Amino acid sequence: MWLTETDLEAIWLTLRLAAVTTLILFVVGTPVAWWLARTRSRWKGPIGAVVALPLVLPPSVLGFYLLVAMGPNGPVGQLTQTLGIGLLPFTFWGLVVASVFYSFPFMVQPVQNAFEGIGDRPLEAAATLRASPLDRFFSVALPLALPGFVTAGILTFAHTVGEFGVVLMIGGNIPGVTRVASVQIYDYVEALEYGNAHRLAAVMLVFSFLVLLALYVWNPGAKKR
Amino acid sequence: MNETQANTNTAAAAAAAAGAETGMRSQIEARFRVAWPGFTLDVDERLPARGVTALFGHSGSGKTTLLRCIAGLEHAAVGRLSFKGSVWQDAKTWVPTHRRPIGYVFQEASLFPHLTVLGNLRYGQRRSRGGSASNSLGKPTLAITESSADTDTDTDTDSVTDRFSLEQAIALLGIGHLLQRKPAALSGGERQRVGIARALAVNPRLLLMDEPLAALDLKRKQEILPYLERLHDELEIPVLYVSHSPDEVARLADHILVMDEGRVLASGPLNETLSRLDLPIRLGEDAGVVLDGQVAERDEQWHLLRVACCGASLWTRDSGAEIGAHVRLRILARDVSITRDPGHASSIQNTLPATILSLGDDSHPALLLVKLEISGSPVLARVTRRSADQLDLAPRQLVYAQIKAVALL
Repeated sequence: MWLTETDLEAIWLTLRLAAVTTLILFVVGTPVAWWLARTRSRWKGPIGAVVALPLVLPPSVLGFYLLVAMGPNGPVGQLTQTLGIGLLPFTFWGLVVASVFYSFPFMVQPVQNAFEGIGDRPLEAAATLRASPLDRFFSVALPLALPGFVTAGILTFAHTVGEFGVVLMIGGNIPGVTRVASVQIYDYVEALEYGNAHRLAAVMLVFSFLVLLALYVWNPGAKKR
Repeated sequence: MNETQANTNTAAAAAAAAGAETGMRSQIEARFRVAWPGFTLDVDERLPARGVTALFGHSGSGKTTLLRCIAGLEHAAVGRLSFKGSVWQDAKTWVPTHRRPIGYVFQEASLFPHLTVLGNLRYGQRRSRGGSASNSLGKPTLAITESSADTDTDTDTDSVTDRFSLEQAIALLGIGHLLQRKPAALSGGERQRVGIARALAVNPRLLLMDEPLAALDLKRKQEILPYLERLHDELEIPVLYVSHSPDEVARLADHILVMDEGRVLASGPLNETLSRLDLPIRLGEDAGVVLDGQVAERDEQWHLLRVACCGASLWTRDSGAEIGAHVRLRILARDVSITRDPGHASSIQNTLPATILSLGDDSHPALLLVKLEISGSPVLARVTRRSADQLDLAPRQLVYAQIKAVALL
């Protein structure tokens, strides 16, 4: 076997985490992107800045705050405890929550740009053709912003696959629960198992390249539409 | 005839007091105030809810803003809007755009790029109640359901609807061969025809057109204008047509609303407004009037057409129009002169008896504009003050108008 059992487990966990995070962000990020693209509110600037924070924040900082918030004395932790869910840190769903925050701008910004690119006119045209606001969103805005959604999905997925610092802070290193591929590589290097590290690193490298290749191949096509 | 009420903006106030009750059902009452930095729209007008009303003025005059207010696309506008008695907007009512029974044609066709031509046409048709249920074949039937005393929000079902089907829209605009194409594969003129058909396919009770030809070159304009003329001739739907093109207004409009800097300069039936002397409204560079006529006779030998117009006959160059065709004539003031004695030989083919209605100043102190009436239709003539003095021209006088040139539009 080329990859070990634990490698495969880590890769599978990574893919699951990235997929769940991307799906959640499609649902959560789209309304935020829509609001940011359409609003004339003075809150647009501050909210946009908050959304972009994970782009510049060290992952350990974000992870630290999330750990405190989700911990036994944090507001989120107390909420999850009263709801009977228990504590989120060091669980798969804790990782999902952290990843959603960490990858938020990678979903929101491309989608927001796509919505802004549509402009008012197609939506006004749809309104004069009897389409209600919700109808306009689904029948005009979503299809026209589709390339933006594809870009956002790929970026979010890839970015979640590549996260490390936040995972360490929130998830630690529990095999099969929170030990994702990037952490696994870190473990190998710590243990001086360079051969194992090489194999997994190569897998990650090829995967990342393919993802970006897909993105760049898709994008020119998207612009022609 | 309600258009007398819409005569001038000052008359609107009087009309509100008298006779408004009967006129309301056939009118669009629009009162809007929009204040933006550097631009204010301030309009209080009654427009006839039939025929083509041109909103005319140069760019920045507020005509597009007025149209968007009527469509409900300008949320910042305060005012009152009612269409044939049903209120679309006032202090406590706001009917959103998608519930107003309008069709809107944008300056650029604004087709949905992700749908085919047919998909674009069906988009609105499917969503307009009764659009797909209406008869899909044959002539438009007049579905009269004038029963409901209009409530504020019930705008879709009441009153007379000239049922219009998708097939008719496709046939009228001649786009049957384009249905499976994507908008990106259409020419500008084709796109605009699809845009017009799409607006018609929702069965609008009011058609709003925002400079539908402005983005097109001359050739495409010539391609679409005949379709618009057909629209005008064949449909009962009232049209508000925003334009800064004198040619389009002369060819299409029955009424005109002239705007400048967010205000209405003049409003009324096209000819009455064009022939006003107190406020010369010019289509293009020169004063003149536009008359409706019908081709009555062709003179093969001299390549001339006789057009029956305003109870008289006018000879004009043969443009190839068919006998019986309804045409519009444009007569510029500079092409009309006045004589008291029609007897002597002249190169001018059209000499008609006329009554002087009034005399007014022209652009140059040496010139005078004379408003004549030829069998009920106003016509403008330009003469020098000296000749007016020599001929002793005065109102109510009977004279002869010599019309040197008549342009067939």
